[in-house]
Amino acid sequence: MARKASNTSKAVVTIAAWSIGFLIFFPILWIIILGFKSEADAIKTPLQVLFSDWTLRSYHDVQERSNYGRHFWNSVILSVGSTVIALAIAIPAAWSMAFVPGRRTKDLLMWMLSTKMMPAVGVLVPMYLLFRDFGLLDSRIGLVGVLTLINLPIVVWMLYTYFKEIPGEILEAARMDGASLKSEILYVLTPMAVPGIASTMLLNIILAWNEAFWTLQLTTSQAAPLTQFIASYSSPEGLFYAKLSAASTMAIAPILILGWFSQKQLVRGLTFGAVK
Amino acid sequence: MGQITLNQVRKSFGEVDVIPGIDLSVEDGEFVVFVGPSGCGKSTLLRLIAGLEDTSGGVIAIDGMDATDLPPAKRRLAMVFQSYALYPHMSVRKNIAFPLKMAGMDPAEQERRVSHAAKILNLGDYLDRRPGQLSGGQRQRVAIGRAIVREPAAFLFDEPLSNLDAALRVSMRQEISELHQTLKTTMIYVTHDQVEAMTMADKIVVLNAGRIEQVGSPMELYRSPANLFVAGFIGSPKMNLIDGAEAAKHGATTIGIRPEHIDIGGEGPWEGVVGLSEHLGSDTFLKVNAGALGTLTVRASGEVMMHHGDSIRMSPQPGKILRFGADGKAMA
Repeated sequence: MARKASNTSKAVVTIAAWSIGFLIFFPILWIIILGFKSEADAIKTPLQVLFSDWTLRSYHDVQERSNYGRHFWNSVILSVGSTVIALAIAIPAAWSMAFVPGRRTKDLLMWMLSTKMMPAVGVLVPMYLLFRDFGLLDSRIGLVGVLTLINLPIVVWMLYTYFKEIPGEILEAARMDGASLKSEILYVLTPMAVPGIASTMLLNIILAWNEAFWTLQLTTSQAAPLTQFIASYSSPEGLFYAKLSAASTMAIAPILILGWFSQKQLVRGLTFGAVK
Repeated sequence: MGQITLNQVRKSFGEVDVIPGIDLSVEDGEFVVFVGPSGCGKSTLLRLIAGLEDTSGGVIAIDGMDATDLPPAKRRLAMVFQSYALYPHMSVRKNIAFPLKMAGMDPAEQERRVSHAAKILNLGDYLDRRPGQLSGGQRQRVAIGRAIVREPAAFLFDEPLSNLDAALRVSMRQEISELHQTLKTTMIYVTHDQVEAMTMADKIVVLNAGRIEQVGSPMELYRSPANLFVAGFIGSPKMNLIDGAEAAKHGATTIGIRPEHIDIGGEGPWEGVVGLSEHLGSDTFLKVNAGALGTLTVRASGEVMMHHGDSIRMSPQPGKILRFGADGKAMA
């Protein structure tokens, strides 16, 4: 009897888990489906949508109306650029906080994290004015700077927890073995930290790729990434579901593929330190 | 050469004096063990010698040269850590060769030294494995190998066996002792295990609360502990310490007698009731409730058939009673 009961509960849990998973994934699935429908079919009831004809018409229209390549390229520059700069700042910072902590290191970390608790819209006006006065509106340089700064606390935190996991005795052993600070970093620390740096990098690229507040507020065309490309299809003049869906699919596809191939690395990075 | 001298070496962390001031001399080729309870400062002292911690005062000299402010690598000392501290991303070969690579040694000479160390430590078959693929004992050997190849002035061991299981600990203990016989290099070994200290050391340094309680050969410490702390710490099971009227009879505040120095039977002056008896095969340890004397541990050779509740008489062997004064120090 006990065995039967556990089978039943297993089945319930499995069904529940799949249902929740499906529920979370459903909007994305629906966007992908709508992208392959005509505008007329896309606004019908779900069942009618499913059984209507499939078409590439929306993709064709989107290609004609906007420059996907430019938006894509902007997204790549913004996400990779801001990630590289953030890592360049965060690696030494996390390094020194993990291995030579001062009395205020914990407070410093908390302060950094606290900046993430402030709603971005609260500083929209000053930021906008700064960008306007420095001529940075709709420029990639300005946006790379903003994306670097908003993600920096998370990058520092992730690297800090990762570096903390490296046992201090190994670094001491290297010191006893005659390694200079440079050799210690080059031959011992970096190889051990590479998985952590890699997963931090991946996560930050994804965060920067999907960032849709500042990228929408501070760009119009020249520096506009894929978020702006999607937004341009949800205009107040009338929604075009199929085109919006096609555009969204095209915008999320690259990052989805990147995430898919690096999911093992990502999960490891995010759960690192949770279980010893 | 590997002669190490400490002169009034101090260490404080903020307000706390971990080591208030230590003088010690370690002779070339000696096997010195620092032993003491947790938190007595023995590991800190070793790390001061290694250069992994800065001293707060005093002088550390290695072979007569002031090494107090030298970085760890310049002290010609090699250290084996409790956690082995192997480089997980390098093969065993690369781990052992790492200090040689750092010293910029010629690759052929590196290879020669690595194979020599591997031969001594029976690591020949594992050179291309990673530390993660080795057992605890093998990892410890790699850590020792990494220390050997540098041909240091002295080896420092920081509780190297405490992560191993009991059987492996005994065999590694012998291996390290044999290694010392072969290399004849100075070794300083930190442990909280007095059995390790007794079996391996030429000279034991007993530490307590950052101070040296006594320095001497294992048998010196066993026969004539300088004070109550050493008397209670060295020897297993612990020495029986008796206060009160019995001690006063010997003109002392406390008297000490080891379990192996109490004979059972006959017309002994002490009497008691057997509580626990621990049968180890070769020996039997009896916990005897001896009234005003307290609970005494008594060793009997071989299998002794005593049971809970049996009354026995005991006599201390003549000349084996140690006397301690009110200040805890041994009396002449």
